Amino acid sequence: MCLAIPGKIIDVLEGSPTLGTVEVVGVRRKVDLGLLQDDMPKPGDWVLIHVGFAMSKISEKDALEQMRTLAMLGEAEQAMHEVQGYGLEETGPTIVREKPH
Amino acid sequence: MRFVDEFRDPEIITKTAEEIRRLIDPARHYRFMEVCGGHTHAIYRFGLKDLLPANIELIHGPGCPVCVLPMGRIDDGLAVAESTDHPVMFTAFGDMMRVPGTHGSPLEHKARGVDVRIVYSPSDALKLARCNPGKHVMFFAIGFETTAPSTALTLMRAKAEGIKNFSVFCNHVTIIPAIRAILDSPDMRLDAFIGPGHVSTVIGCRPYEWIARNEQKPIVVSGFEPLDLLQSIVMILRQLRAGEAKVENQYKRVVPWEGNRAALRAMAEVFELRPYFEWRGLGFISQSALRLRDSYAEWDAELRFQVPGVRVTDPRAAQCGEVLKGVLKPAQCKLFGKECTPEHPIGALMVSTEGSCAAYHSYQLRKEAVTSIHSAA
Repeated sequence: MCLAIPGKIIDVLEGSPTLGTVEVVGVRRKVDLGLLQDDMPKPGDWVLIHVGFAMSKISEKDALEQMRTLAMLGEAEQAMHEVQGYGLEETGPTIVREKPH
Repeated sequence: MRFVDEFRDPEIITKTAEEIRRLIDPARHYRFMEVCGGHTHAIYRFGLKDLLPANIELIHGPGCPVCVLPMGRIDDGLAVAESTDHPVMFTAFGDMMRVPGTHGSPLEHKARGVDVRIVYSPSDALKLARCNPGKHVMFFAIGFETTAPSTALTLMRAKAEGIKNFSVFCNHVTIIPAIRAILDSPDMRLDAFIGPGHVSTVIGCRPYEWIARNEQKPIVVSGFEPLDLLQSIVMILRQLRAGEAKVENQYKRVVPWEGNRAALRAMAEVFELRPYFEWRGLGFISQSALRLRDSYAEWDAELRFQVPGVRVTDPRAAQCGEVLKGVLKPAQCKLFGKECTPEHPIGALMVSTEGSCAAYHSYQLRKEAVTSIHSAA
């Protein structure tokens, strides 16, 4: 859980909390941008994501290298699983896997 | 066995490994501790040991959050969820789910009917509370300064929205006191540290300055790629050769020297230091963990619920403590690979991929697989 997942900012939804849509290898999810409030990312920027929060801005080159590192560590699948699990959408059901409605 | 062919720049890797060989004093034995569990995982996964000279020994540090959590805390958290007085949903990251408690792991409790859910983010736990107003949702928080700011922001949101059916069972720990405890340990002699990568994105590099200044040990904050780790070792060796001890940042592309101020502000708003906290293997360390401030008492699971406060000693035969301190290598534990395997873990170090036992176990399997392919060919 120490490893961070790189994602590209698609849009920033102003408000409280400040959320942003990120894209990680084709999968789009909302993440919380609150930890980057001093240096808010813009659409097109790349960030490192940890437990559903963008932690730091990085370059596109470093983002691609980070994804490669995750793949080499055997963690890419787990990382995608994590991203898909983020339930931070304003609408739609949250992850309640045990009792599907 | 070498995994070097898989690397992005095999040539640069080979050159950096050669540089390491040039810099070492063959008569000296070097002991470097990688503090972060992510680094331990990377070192084994990439087979970096095989690229290093035999007289460089890498000691695995305490930076795996599930590994350092004493079993009593897991028992306490699960006891709250199991209590019949009030229905509580126990939420935690997937890493926690297979960690053994005295009466089984969170996953085994779930099989017995306790409401245990995996979340990938603390904000998902808060969302569960929002969507299930009739239930109390407790987030069993673990992690170092990498993760604590996310829990802090989640609590600030819970307070702002007035969500009362949510609480945090806080096990967040801080890395500096653990490093201090290791340096104070009489059976531990280290020459330098490979500093944690993502913890440092939050705390920056300044908090390590005492290690260089007072303890005269180099510390190089490192990235997670094979080349990052090898370059960090080069930077450490250059310092040792020059008789220097300073904090250096190899992971500049991600880690700012001053850290992430917004994250530090969120932590300061929500958390305060506990007077002391128990770590598996390291015992009680003063001011080494976080708890919720009084202004967040309503969201503090330890204040809201009856917590047994149990202390549990680890299974007698398991030597997790010695392995965690770096006194024993994983394979030197009596249970390693026999009673204790990733499929049936007895200690937490065998559960998480960042735990040195699980990392070493999977490295051994890969090594055997590669060796058998080579001997078949």
